[in-house]
Amino acid sequence: MRNSTLIKLVIIVVVLAVFGAYTLPTFIGKQNVKQLPGYMPRNTINLGLDLKGGMYLVLEVETNKAVFAVLSRVASNLKKQMLNTKIAYDKVYVNQNNVITISLVDKNDKDRALDLIANNLPNYQVISDGLPIKIKMKDNIYEKVKRQAVEQAINVIRNRVNQFGVAEPTIVKSGENHIVVELPGIKDANRAVRLIGKTARLELHLVDSSVNIDDALNGKLPPDDEILYEIQRDPTTGEVSKIPFVVKKDIVLTGDMITNASVRFGGTLNQPYVAFELNSEGSRIFANFTASHIGKRLAIVLDNTIYSAPVIQSRIGGGRGQITGGFTLQQAHDLAIVLRSGSLPAPVKVLQKVTIGPSLGKISIEKGTKAMIFGSLAVILFMIFYYRLSGVLADFAMGANVLIILGALAMFNATLTLPGLAGIALSIGMAVDANVLIYERIREELMIGRSVYDAVETGYARAFVTIFDANITTLIVALILYQFGSGPVKGFAVTMAIGLLANMFTAVTFTKTIFEIVLDKFKPKKISI
Amino acid sequence: MIQIIRPGVLIDFVSKFKIAISISLILILAGIANLVMQGGPKLGIEFKGGTSIQLKFNKPINVVNLRNAIIVSKTFKNSKIQSFGGTNQQFIIYTKKSTSSTTKNIESDLRRVLTQKFGSSYKIMKVDMVGPKIGKEFRDKGIEAIVIALFAILIYISIRFQYRFAVGAIAALFHDVLITVGFLSIFGYQFTLDVVAAILTIVGYSVNDTIVIYDRIREKVRNNRKLSRTEAINTGVSETLSRTILTAGTTLFVVLALFLFGGHALKGMSFALLVGIISGTYSSIFIASPILLAFKGELIPEKKEEESADRFKQKVEFDMKNLRGN
Repeated sequence: MRNSTLIKLVIIVVVLAVFGAYTLPTFIGKQNVKQLPGYMPRNTINLGLDLKGGMYLVLEVETNKAVFAVLSRVASNLKKQMLNTKIAYDKVYVNQNNVITISLVDKNDKDRALDLIANNLPNYQVISDGLPIKIKMKDNIYEKVKRQAVEQAINVIRNRVNQFGVAEPTIVKSGENHIVVELPGIKDANRAVRLIGKTARLELHLVDSSVNIDDALNGKLPPDDEILYEIQRDPTTGEVSKIPFVVKKDIVLTGDMITNASVRFGGTLNQPYVAFELNSEGSRIFANFTASHIGKRLAIVLDNTIYSAPVIQSRIGGGRGQITGGFTLQQAHDLAIVLRSGSLPAPVKVLQKVTIGPSLGKISIEKGTKAMIFGSLAVILFMIFYYRLSGVLADFAMGANVLIILGALAMFNATLTLPGLAGIALSIGMAVDANVLIYERIREELMIGRSVYDAVETGYARAFVTIFDANITTLIVALILYQFGSGPVKGFAVTMAIGLLANMFTAVTFTKTIFEIVLDKFKPKKISI
Repeated sequence: MIQIIRPGVLIDFVSKFKIAISISLILILAGIANLVMQGGPKLGIEFKGGTSIQLKFNKPINVVNLRNAIIVSKTFKNSKIQSFGGTNQQFIIYTKKSTSSTTKNIESDLRRVLTQKFGSSYKIMKVDMVGPKIGKEFRDKGIEAIVIALFAILIYISIRFQYRFAVGAIAALFHDVLITVGFLSIFGYQFTLDVVAAILTIVGYSVNDTIVIYDRIREKVRNNRKLSRTEAINTGVSETLSRTILTAGTTLFVVLALFLFGGHALKGMSFALLVGIISGTYSSIFIASPILLAFKGELIPEKKEEESADRFKQKVEFDMKNLRGN
């Protein structure tokens, strides 16, 4: 055997062994994988959601609202500081363009107000120092707030998903303010979306009992108050009623200070409710506040909806509170999760949601595999019929190609999708294509009277250019598809690209080396082609 | 030895060009006419936004009954129903509506009206909801991908071939894409993401066949300068005919299997590949090669040939020789 042949043979054996080893864990079952010796890979091929069922969710974080929340906080702090420094203001408000407008009562306070802003708000720039004064967030801070809102949202969602109990979830940022969530095998997708998407902003507000509710609804609302609704569901008829409350805008306490939340049962009907615990700062604020407001009502507001508004009976120490609201057990359970995992910095919107039942995934795998087997069988038989022994060789090369694709998928932790299966099928077709090109060329060379050895050599050399061309153009397309495609299409691009690269290897090296060995050893006058 | 085309057979493809181009133009125009009548391509919901819900009943259902049941719901008043699988048990319902709310979902509206009429005899297999914003994103990305892919292939072709060959390959490529798009439209397939992926794959694949034949035509001219242009083209195409048919054939086998057995989810994609591969083979024989005659002068001007496109081929062959250690 020639040295070059020997080297190629070694390469082939090593490549097939490596990819074979990576293919193995996927097909032998979880139990057997554990028993594999330590040097063997354990990666299995990831199936895409379209094959195993589950939910694919694209969320958009409304980062503008996170910015608005920051600005509102700054505006209300500014008011307090101006009160402290005796700067009289007419109004301080945030508009849609994220500008805080400060109109003063006395023109002469202008310089003091500007000083106050310069000293206390380094992240803000004054865009109008006339009257009224207008300030806005510096651009880099604005971007940072938005970026942080998305990152924080991802953390909160990850927390919630983990507590909800989903195996192998994927939660990643996509683009500027999108979050992609993949929950394989999830049963109740809509419950998961509600859980993930709940802003879960918990606030305690004092109910303003000095205001008549009808007056308030007719527009006679004090500037420091707002109207919020309690939603009550009749447990027997299921009828929903909205009860308005006038509450103070000032927030007594927010959910940020919650350290733990859990489901409890109580009341006359032994209904589930959610008990929460506050951190030490929260406990102190809560205790002081309840002590000084005995007899008043405290509204427990979650995402702008009042859950309950109990009357404060006595000072509540120990930092414990509860949210009741006629929950089902599941609702109480999910509420406890969102309170424990914290609130989203801004509301999220659903941009795309795909839910695939597990049975559909199974059907897709079955049908896809069946189609692949039928397709390859037809190709295998045709090749043997048309090219005899050389056809058998090409079939082995095709098998090697499939092995490399599967092994590479496991090796690179790539995901196999339904279009990905189509990609494998396509590469099976193209793998044989390559050998057809080579064999046809060899036949032609034999026909013009070349010796077997020469014909094989020239056949391979000439056909390689064409194979290279064919694969390059399709490879270009595969790369573009990978760049632009969504999950399933990416899967198609991946299997096709791996298939094409494997094709270059198997068609050119694999069958060629076998030919070289056979020709060297037996020096045949004729070959079966 | 089994052969589909006997060696030495010479077929006059060039003379069939007029018939071939007429057939192609008729097919392309029919496709375009169909597209225009429909007011553009039937885009999948990923491109235009909306919701599709795949249902499976455990017994056959009359489509009319299904429609009557779902139009009760406001969300599904203007929806479309597509039956598939042939047993009247599986349906896809399309509506333009979608919701960005995390607490509401479209399928519960459907569930309510379906349960009223059909009890629990159905199962929701898949829900696909795409908001208008993402729809636009996919549309932009899709167009970007198509444009970039076409450009990349065009650049490749222009590096690989001399001018007239490049024009021929590009003509064949557009031919294949137009035929595929037209057929998809005529046969009522939606343009979904994976169908677009299939069309792009055809863009890549279409060039292959053309390259094989062009290589041979050039070889013919180079080996025998006395050959007329028509003769060179006819011999080139004839000699490679069995290769062309075989290579397309093996790929066609698997794509056909995907189309027949791959289930509903792969129908559109495999149909596009099927049409594209057949069209690609046809166009490289009947369109791409005869079109070379549209240019005056020799197929390969004698001097230029050595330096331009063949450099690439020679280089690869040279590299191959080095690899083999000769």
